[in-house]
Amino acid sequence: MTTADQSIQLGMPQLPAPAYEPEVQERLAADAKEIISRYPDSRSALLPMLHLVQSEEGHVTRTGMQFCADQLGLTTAEVTAVATFYTMYRRKPSGDYQVGVCTNTLCAVMGGDAIFEELQTHLGVGNGETTDDGKVTVEHIECNAACDYAPVVMVNWEFFDNQTVESAKQLVDDLRAGRDVQPTRGAKLCTFKDTARILAGFPDQREGAVAESGGAGPASLAGLKLAKGESAPGRVVSPRDAEEGE
Amino acid sequence: MTVTTEVNEHSPEKLLTPVLSSFWDAEDAWTLDAYHRHEGYEGLRKALQMPPDDVIAYVKDSGLRGRGGAGFPTGMKWQFIPQGDGKPHYLVVNADESEPGTCKDIPLLFANPHSLVEGIVIACHAIRSNHAFIYLRGEAVPVLRRLHEAVREAYAAGYLGKNILGSGLDLELTVHAGAGAYICGEETALLDSLEGRRGQPRLRPPFPAVEGLYACPTVVNNVESIASVPAIMNKGKEWFRSMGSEKSPGFTLYSLSGHVARPGQYEAPLGITLRQLLDMSGGMRPGHRLKFWTPGGSSTPMLTDEHLDVPLDYEGVGGAGSMLGTKALQCFDETTCVVRAVTRWTEFYAHESCGKCTPCREGTYWLVQLLRDIEAGKGEMADLDKVADIADNINGKSFCALGDGAAAPIASSFKHFRAEYEQHITGKGCPFDPRKSTLWSDQEVDA
Repeated sequence: MTTADQSIQLGMPQLPAPAYEPEVQERLAADAKEIISRYPDSRSALLPMLHLVQSEEGHVTRTGMQFCADQLGLTTAEVTAVATFYTMYRRKPSGDYQVGVCTNTLCAVMGGDAIFEELQTHLGVGNGETTDDGKVTVEHIECNAACDYAPVVMVNWEFFDNQTVESAKQLVDDLRAGRDVQPTRGAKLCTFKDTARILAGFPDQREGAVAESGGAGPASLAGLKLAKGESAPGRVVSPRDAEEGE
Repeated sequence: MTVTTEVNEHSPEKLLTPVLSSFWDAEDAWTLDAYHRHEGYEGLRKALQMPPDDVIAYVKDSGLRGRGGAGFPTGMKWQFIPQGDGKPHYLVVNADESEPGTCKDIPLLFANPHSLVEGIVIACHAIRSNHAFIYLRGEAVPVLRRLHEAVREAYAAGYLGKNILGSGLDLELTVHAGAGAYICGEETALLDSLEGRRGQPRLRPPFPAVEGLYACPTVVNNVESIASVPAIMNKGKEWFRSMGSEKSPGFTLYSLSGHVARPGQYEAPLGITLRQLLDMSGGMRPGHRLKFWTPGGSSTPMLTDEHLDVPLDYEGVGGAGSMLGTKALQCFDETTCVVRAVTRWTEFYAHESCGKCTPCREGTYWLVQLLRDIEAGKGEMADLDKVADIADNINGKSFCALGDGAAAPIASSFKHFRAEYEQHITGKGCPFDPRKSTLWSDQEVDA
């Protein structure tokens, strides 16, 4: 066995995963210690720690799983069982920006299906695949609790509400060109790795990130504005086609 | 549809009751400052003056019922926690909002996270817990940011940590991000997940109140349930009971979505009707009519335009053959293919089935195969009976409620729209044009 051909699966047991570089190991071990300290039982730290190793390499590697197992006194089989259960853990290298198009029923019907199909054609990639420049991974996602903003696209788990085919294409073009894009709800985008670190429970340190995009989105305020008499009730004109609250 | 100019009993000013959402329009709504300006943490001060058991009794008397779908009385859930057992007690807040159509907790936590934090402190005082967890679904990073900040602010202000407001109560609060699994909204799967395992439901009994997190007494409550507690403590149970009905008192968030003129969050007393909500908000999108809707997410049997006047409370929706669920009012108009909608929901349940029990794991898989064929015009009439039979073998025979949820859209759509399934089979294809149901389909016409 001299060269391993990736395309051939012999079913041979793999050698133990290589360890992190000492500097990385030391840094992540300190983070892991902080995560573990939040819980009465160390195993509860496993999900955040998988987010943590994902923030290091952009996906959950065998090295990352070995690291989690070592820190928590688990077997790699136990860690793998958990890592493969949850959809947010990536199993292979992916883009800096994960573009998720909601194709659950409501978003799909409202245009999510059209957006998802068009994005794949536009970028020349399929579901879960990444553009050649390593910038954008496209995938379809399930309901993301933003149905009053349908159709919804998530980029690195920030909300891009009320999307159209055109706006979504513009969005991925901007991401690939390195132009700034602003979520409708959420903070200015960081990379997928930086997002994973927030998910591991380390607050976003960027100035103003928490405050960005204000208190609530427009749809969230629909009822409140009616209750306060700030918008006229019973209008037959779709508010999407006319300015609200004037 | 008429434009109302003066305030009468049909006006939104009278019908809606913003409490949790009352200051979401403030630019800094999510901060502790804004929360203080709106009587924030006043309910906690009152609760801490009361013995824990009195707080439990008070919440029970208020009639508050769980807002996560099942509608179990919140105070009663707290009462089940054994006292003086020498074990740690835990409060776990279920913020894993993933039921298709449901979109209330995410905007609530984004705009007003302190209402949850305050409710947690009150609940932990009541059940004598010193450690609480918020299990937030991972796919909502903007909300995670604000929860991190709200918890930091609450610690700094002395609402969390040691000897809270001099009461002697110590409380740690941990914000925990999930990793993408609908099943973790099921309370025992959530506990397994929080323990660092695959999110699979547990056999009950023992119930979480006896053996929950780390096999210790645990209360699992929905975000909105806990966030409603501070207002009850501050303004009184009578005030709370002045809204809604005898068995379903209080206010709640209704989430209007789909082919409606003005989708969004509408906080109203329990028992408001979909007709009232649509009338005040501009109805369906112009030129279209309601075809079917869900009262509380895709797991609640769908209803039609015959049910516009059903009171949206636990009893009313139950009486109409469905469930109030999460009050996620997904409205679809006549351009929408029911078969397509149900097939997609079924694909969701198949994807999210945890695999633990056979009826759900295998049943949802085969349902998807059959429904896809029917939708594509490749089905046979006998397939309809087969689909109904499989759904019946999942419903009530699965390990947890996910299976029941998977069967609900099928059984209810067969009841109301069986002819449309047959049309797909006899016509060998879908008679609907999906382009007509998109958000932008009418824009050319309107412009």
